[in-house]
Amino acid sequence: MSVAPPTVGTMADAVVARGLVKRYGDVTAVAGVDLEVPQGTVLALLGPNGAGKTTTVRMLTTLLVPDSGTATVAGVDVVADPREVRRRIGLSGQYAAVDENLTGFENLDMVGRLYHLGRRRSRERAHELLEQFRLTDAANRVAKTYSGGMRRRLDLAGALVANPPVLFLDEPTTGLDPRSRNDMWELLSSMVGQGTTLLLTTQYLEEAERLADDIIVIDHGRVIARGTADELKTQVGGQRVEVVLASDREVRETERVLREQFRGDVVVQQRARRVTASVSGGTTDLVEALSRLSAAGIVPLDAGLRRPTMDDVFLTLTGRPAEEVVGETGDDKDDATTKREAHA
Amino acid sequence: MSSIGMVLADSSVIAKRNIIKIRRIPDLLVGTLISPIMFILLFAYVFGGSISVPGVDYKEFLVPGIFAQTVIFGATITGSGLADDMQKGIIDRFRSLPMAQSAVLVGRTASDVITNILVVIIMASTGLVVGWRIRSSFLDAVVGFVLLLLFAYAVSWIMALLGLLVRTPEAFNNLTFITIFPITFVADTFAPTQNFPAVLRTVAEWNPVSSLVRAAREQFGNVPPGYPAGSWPLQNPVLYTFIWIAAILLVFVPLATRQYKRAAAR
Repeated sequence: MSVAPPTVGTMADAVVARGLVKRYGDVTAVAGVDLEVPQGTVLALLGPNGAGKTTTVRMLTTLLVPDSGTATVAGVDVVADPREVRRRIGLSGQYAAVDENLTGFENLDMVGRLYHLGRRRSRERAHELLEQFRLTDAANRVAKTYSGGMRRRLDLAGALVANPPVLFLDEPTTGLDPRSRNDMWELLSSMVGQGTTLLLTTQYLEEAERLADDIIVIDHGRVIARGTADELKTQVGGQRVEVVLASDREVRETERVLREQFRGDVVVQQRARRVTASVSGGTTDLVEALSRLSAAGIVPLDAGLRRPTMDDVFLTLTGRPAEEVVGETGDDKDDATTKREAHA
Repeated sequence: MSSIGMVLADSSVIAKRNIIKIRRIPDLLVGTLISPIMFILLFAYVFGGSISVPGVDYKEFLVPGIFAQTVIFGATITGSGLADDMQKGIIDRFRSLPMAQSAVLVGRTASDVITNILVVIIMASTGLVVGWRIRSSFLDAVVGFVLLLLFAYAVSWIMALLGLLVRTPEAFNNLTFITIFPITFVADTFAPTQNFPAVLRTVAEWNPVSSLVRAAREQFGNVPPGYPAGSWPLQNPVLYTFIWIAAILLVFVPLATRQYKRAAAR
């Protein structure tokens, strides 16, 4: 194990990691990650599937022992004293770890007992959480009958049983439909307001932006950018005008028109016949671009103002699109599960 | 909380969870309870007429054999349950809790003992219906049942290791099906070994399943005192079976525990 740099973060950092490395054979899943999460704040680890987000979280939550590097959570070293760390954290993984043959109440009661809250307190806490997560009506149904959103809420409730000061959530909304995702965001925002320190991983910039104070972008096991959502968006170039065309000729023509208007950052996706340009003037720029295209006799199939996506972040930061290991968007839970099994 | 106290408390929480699950998954219960009843009826009435055991009523000979086979199959629930928990991420949840980590395996194997007690009661009742009787003292019979349950408990730890190695319940079930059938059939279980070919007979006589079944028969008084003993294990079936129980536990408790730590840390 390598020697940690002398800086170990300040007392106010709930999570500190220095030079975390994890290898699987020839593959380096995490290649020296440094991070710190000040108490009471939210850090988002943003990156595509396979970037090393989950491995990082597994090391910080004592599920994996790092090959090198050090980390402390709530002031406790994760390698030296894993059980003390476990007392102070809650973890909700990527694959809602609820026992589907137990009821919602039984799931939470069991977790409370295993946190050694005692029989009475475990029961009370289970009921409190079911109430808080709007699961009271389903409390005595087996979790098998729950919807995806309900399972996630139950899993998250499980992570909160012992009121841990530090919470780790691995892709809390992956695989959820938009409505459940919104529900989850509201729940998380209200929790964070109450002073919990949160480290979450996500594939969605929107999610990171909505919940996190700081964002770390991670790719191939390395931190490639860090900052607030605003800082990252500035790096990415804020908003974009995106135009989709009917023919290759129009694509070339549009590229020329947009380069003239915006001077520089114009990206052409040939197969999609899509031309994108970074803009700073919002809708004014869009209107201007459309009138220029119209003047050049071009009628786009689709045109609009786009907010930066994670793909844009990656394109800007790495000069290539985010490498999706699974599917188009990588947010299909079943696909992700299949992939995990294939690796097992 | 003292560490032993914590292991026991956490194990009982895990065991309780497994017992609830068995109640909730009817096919698991049906598979565990119905198949031994079916075996008793099939062997007693289909094969029973063709298999002759000198000096012993076949039903008396058979029922302890079914006991042994069934409790060994009962021990496999540990393996498929662990494989299932690995696959579903529940082991990750356990690993992130400040609980005694050994409780996952201790609780898991303990819950198999509870199901096996239930299974033995059902089988004994069915046995009584078809004409099997306990002809020994109460104490001897208790020793017989305890031996069956202890042996199955030891086997649970082998199953724990296998379940953690294969990692999917389907693969685990295939594996145990093709291994447990030969192990329980090439033994003094359903037919007397005297009629086996020489090599198979030697294997059968040293197979701990044979000594377990023989011990059970003797404890229940199902074989007459002068019944042919064969090799040393069958002359000292209780001792030989205890040696196996101890050896299995000594080897497989540490191996399964180590594999649990490894498998969870991937």
